[in-house]
Amino acid sequence: MQYMLIMTETETEIAKRNDPQHAPAYWSGWNAFVTAMAASGLVVSGNGLQPPHTATTLRVRDGKRIVQDGPFADSKEQLGGYYIIEAPDLDTALDWAARSPAAAAGSVEVRPVMPAPESPPAA
Amino acid sequence: MESARASIALGSDPPADKAATAVQTAARASYGRLIALLSARDGDIAASEDALSEAFAQALTHWPRSGVPASPDAWLLTVARNRLRNRFRNDTVKADAMGDLLLRLEERAQASAEIPDQRLALMFVCAHPAIQPELRTPLMLQTILGLDAGRIASAFLIAPAAMGQRLSRAKAKIKAAGIAFAVPDLEALPERLDDVLSAIYAAFGTAWNGVAGADEGHASLAEEAIFLARLVVSLLPDAPEALGLLALMLYAHARRLARFDADGRFIPLKDQDPARWSSAAIIEAEGLLVRASKAGRFGRFQCEAAIQSVHVQAPLTGATNHQAIRTLHEMLLQHRPSIGGFVSYAAALLAMGEGAAAAAVLESLAAEDVASYQPFWVTLCAVRQAGGDTAAADAARARAIGLTEHPAIRAFLLDSAARPPSDQRQA
Repeated sequence: MQYMLIMTETETEIAKRNDPQHAPAYWSGWNAFVTAMAASGLVVSGNGLQPPHTATTLRVRDGKRIVQDGPFADSKEQLGGYYIIEAPDLDTALDWAARSPAAAAGSVEVRPVMPAPESPPAA
Repeated sequence: MESARASIALGSDPPADKAATAVQTAARASYGRLIALLSARDGDIAASEDALSEAFAQALTHWPRSGVPASPDAWLLTVARNRLRNRFRNDTVKADAMGDLLLRLEERAQASAEIPDQRLALMFVCAHPAIQPELRTPLMLQTILGLDAGRIASAFLIAPAAMGQRLSRAKAKIKAAGIAFAVPDLEALPERLDDVLSAIYAAFGTAWNGVAGADEGHASLAEEAIFLARLVVSLLPDAPEALGLLALMLYAHARRLARFDADGRFIPLKDQDPARWSSAAIIEAEGLLVRASKAGRFGRFQCEAAIQSVHVQAPLTGATNHQAIRTLHEMLLQHRPSIGGFVSYAAALLAMGEGAAAAAVLESLAAEDVASYQPFWVTLCAVRQAGGDTAAADAARARAIGLTEHPAIRAFLLDSAARPPSDQRQA
């Protein structure tokens, strides 16, 4: 079945992306993880995301668009990227989540992807 | 959802009839085995429970007419599997198919090999880290033993409807999240087994500390926990911690009749009559502990069982080996520090006359960790009493009484205000 690995990172961690001192270690960690996961043949799709300050959040209330600068929630950990993998069971998905740099510096939410609706066979 | 085991017990009254008795026997002996096998296929425990319930209902109407099949389990499994397969069909189709199926069941059941035992895998599912810790024990009691949500709810002091809802949500998560029905590989096994054993021990603790004795349901929950531990031991015979847990529960269970006198008054360990301890259970526990020690791997349950072993030897040798108990507590705390462990350690120190050291251990614990932990206040009361601080002892006793659930233990503590200190922790 398919699982989405939802990677959340702290502000400090995301800041490392463009910090000359920390960027090499940050990127080599992510590259190693992504390469290993791709080599396992499990990856269906996935991407890293631009930092949270590039986000725009929209809501429609009473027929009016409310557009807000920034991510949907102002929390300590922010969405940094996602991967959809094909794994036989939750434990396998958790094993990959554990290897991600986000697991040590933030968190990884593992969610099963909703399967296509099953239509009951005709009687 | 009502469990099959409960509905059979109600539905077949009076159980004089041989076929109904056979259904009851199958329900008790095979419930978990059949659920494990049915749900291992696609992880859908709730659907398997429904299907097995229907199979038991079929057996109740069919067996009295056609006789009990040679292999009742295989018969039930085939009917339940058919139910699962036909889930989407309408009732008429189901009924027609069933009539035809039942004719052929007997020969198929004869031919089928022994039903494989997937209960261990099911236990690992119930105690998976992705399941909330407080739901692991109820899940295991329901799926492996077939206890109904109402009875589980009353043991855990939760409204039956709420317990039923939480159990259904947990089962839905098991299926949706794709938790594997498998015994973990060797690398992950010790840690995952610890979760399974902790869930079993929680069932036992609920029976032991709750209103046991006042309520038959609780008393037999201890026996259900022992059954589960026996099951783990039979399926993983070389796991030292499983042996340790079974030994630990047997030591405690051996003393259950000696904990209360004829009038239901509580008797602390040191005042118990060893003649009322079950020597069969103690002998079995000793044997298990020896078997566990052969693996040469220290563990929390083996250590706690060893402490119990020293306690039960006291009447034989005429004195408690306090030094051994102290060493075992220190090993336990080094291996796995816990509030309960520190409080037991303090009680052991006090029992060997080291009141000041016992007080220091208790004083080192954080106030918020012990605020509602009854054994802490019982032990603190004894420590303050020994130190001659009656006012502090009275205050600690009052806190302990306020935290006590069991009426007989509450009465004992209320009485003890007038008597010299008694250690009821190890009761």
